[in-house]
Amino acid sequence: MSKGVAITGMGIISAIGNNVAENFDALINQKKGITRVDNIKTIQREEIMVGEIKFTNDELIAQLGLPPENNYSRTAMLGVIAAKEAIAQAGISDIKKYKTGIVSGTSVGGMDMTEKYYYEYLTEKEPQKYIESHHAGDSTQKIAEQLGIEESFVTTISTACSSAANAIMLGARLIKSGKLDRVIVGGADCLSKFTINGFKTLMILSDTFNTPFDEDRKGLNLGEAAAYLVLESDKVVKAENKKILAYVKGYGNANDAFHQTASSDDGDGATLAMKKALKVANLNPSDIDYINAHGTATGNNDLSEGRAILRVFKDEMPEFSSTKAYTGHTLAAAGAIEAVYSVMALQENVIFPNLNFKTPMKEFNLIPQTILKKKDLNTVLSNSLGFGGNCSTVIYSKEA
Amino acid sequence: MKKVYINSIASISPQKTFENASFLDDIIEYNETVISAFDPNYKEHIPPAAARRMAKGIKMGVVASKLAMKEAGIGTVDAIITGTGMGCMIDSEKFVSAIIDNNEQYLTPTSFIQSTHNTVAGQIALGMECKAYNFTYVHAAISFESALLDAKMQLENDEANNILVGGVEELGAHTTDVHRVINHIKPEAVTISEVLNSNTEGAVFSEGANFFVVSNDRKESSYAELLAVETYNTLEKDKVSEAIKSVLKENNLKPEDLDVVVLGNNGDVEFDGYYNQLSKNIFKNTKQVYYKHLVGENNTVSAFGVWLASKIIKTQQIPAMVNLNDIEATEPNIILCYNQYRGENHSLVLLKKC
Repeated sequence: MSKGVAITGMGIISAIGNNVAENFDALINQKKGITRVDNIKTIQREEIMVGEIKFTNDELIAQLGLPPENNYSRTAMLGVIAAKEAIAQAGISDIKKYKTGIVSGTSVGGMDMTEKYYYEYLTEKEPQKYIESHHAGDSTQKIAEQLGIEESFVTTISTACSSAANAIMLGARLIKSGKLDRVIVGGADCLSKFTINGFKTLMILSDTFNTPFDEDRKGLNLGEAAAYLVLESDKVVKAENKKILAYVKGYGNANDAFHQTASSDDGDGATLAMKKALKVANLNPSDIDYINAHGTATGNNDLSEGRAILRVFKDEMPEFSSTKAYTGHTLAAAGAIEAVYSVMALQENVIFPNLNFKTPMKEFNLIPQTILKKKDLNTVLSNSLGFGGNCSTVIYSKEA
Repeated sequence: MKKVYINSIASISPQKTFENASFLDDIIEYNETVISAFDPNYKEHIPPAAARRMAKGIKMGVVASKLAMKEAGIGTVDAIITGTGMGCMIDSEKFVSAIIDNNEQYLTPTSFIQSTHNTVAGQIALGMECKAYNFTYVHAAISFESALLDAKMQLENDEANNILVGGVEELGAHTTDVHRVINHIKPEAVTISEVLNSNTEGAVFSEGANFFVVSNDRKESSYAELLAVETYNTLEKDKVSEAIKSVLKENNLKPEDLDVVVLGNNGDVEFDGYYNQLSKNIFKNTKQVYYKHLVGENNTVSAFGVWLASKIIKTQQIPAMVNLNDIEATEPNIILCYNQYRGENHSLVLLKKC
């Protein structure tokens, strides 16, 4: 029997709120965070909608009290804000009291600065400080520094849009194997011209509000966000008499091995990931009370994921919804954003609606939950699927 | 808890290492600040049409993984876990420069698709039709060690039996240029015998791919047992010895039990002190070897250190070119690898003859 790993704190910043409480408020009041992009100058502005955090970099620097010579990428700043909230919520005052590590997911990393100063780096002294913040691990190193985590296990995962889900998975494994007593897990990604134009060339960006699982879906809205969970071992939970928010009960990772960017028609990878997660959790599909779907609102994802969900749940479908219509697709951070939402769903016994849905897809009979619903929830399954065939599922539960 | 073994190794590096039958006996001399991989004939391993689309890192990763799988004599694995500090630089540079040069117009998706860090692991899975666990770690100089630790935990807990683990790094022209301006690259060319005594800042930058099949199933052909993998985001210089002693102690070993230490000296006058203090103190009576003079510096080159240690244990030979001191190690059975980059992201990997 597999026992869950305790979640004792969480933090988030997204297009719908700067902390956990603001995100919850937006979710239950159906307040979307999708707008035109303001902080990035792009010729695509009128053709796309994004889930943007409206703080400018200067405002974030001020909020964090960083010195003027700092070399934080936007990803790192968002990450620090969310990670600090998670630590505070977990009531951690002495981070060194237990063996504490960090596992973070990112795909953009410091690309926002690289694309801004790409050629200037060669000739201008001032922006050269950002050269070292390009690589993906830099944002995680900075979060560790801000939290006072030293001489410890700090690593970064980049598996495209499943990165943060995989970070949570590794964190749970590190606790279970006794390698760490406490681990901060999650992910951060900021908007960049790189991803805006990349997804634009793939022709999967919607020019209006994204509509997950709708027949007439036009693609995704990119978003930016960061979210982290604090996972703690039984030893710490007991010694500190910790309040447990929920548990990481099961996890599964599989590769679709179908195409570098597209998902297979039948969602083989996603099916495998969900089945593995159920097995680790020792649960049956009928035990799942709510599915927080990846649901990016691209033609390919929603069809493939929908079919995979049906293959696993057959005629025992629980309510499901995608929260991407609120936040946009926050890429590497998505699995962590939706982990926070899944835990909030468990805490408040509520299913967040799948906004903007009108017409069922013709390929199958899957209707997402479209209005806020009160329901006793014990288990939530969350999917994260990404480029490179990466498919991940994490199951959150009220009971260990 | 099950034991973990290194069952096969494969290396594409600036030296002739992809032919695993030899062992650094025909050294390529360099006198450069940046060195590229010595390429195998990629077409022997990848269909030409596919190879044309692949950037160098993808090719190196795919071929090194094939060589490792072949030597292990298995067709598939229970997990594919890669590490890459910088990721797919060539395609990233192509896409960023196209965005800037053409003001976000006339872009094509190919380089964007291949720019994501998990491209190599994804391509290996595609080629192998392997739907198993697939992870990519991207944490600077401990990217490979993160992958190795993940594999070790899964094998110890019997969640998997065979795992393909590797580190891959490719050189991108623009990235190399920008690292030159901040003195991360040596100011002038150095020969391999001069690297450590260059007395200048920076390293000789390089690229390569090192892959391994690790397993909880020991075979006659196994290279070594993997005893420990430990990483540290920060570590003060005067605490390195302590960290080493602590890892050794957890494995009931003392520094004097080590037959060989593999050190990551790269000739950077600012940071080689981390290694030199060990050479002069806790390891002064231990056989020391190094390798970055032969294969350069990159974020996952520490995987070459593990390759070297594995090969020393299996062949019970130490090539003269890697000697850092004159101490003899007649039976090199227990080896510790220590690496750090620019004072951050330290790693220890402990191997033992099996």
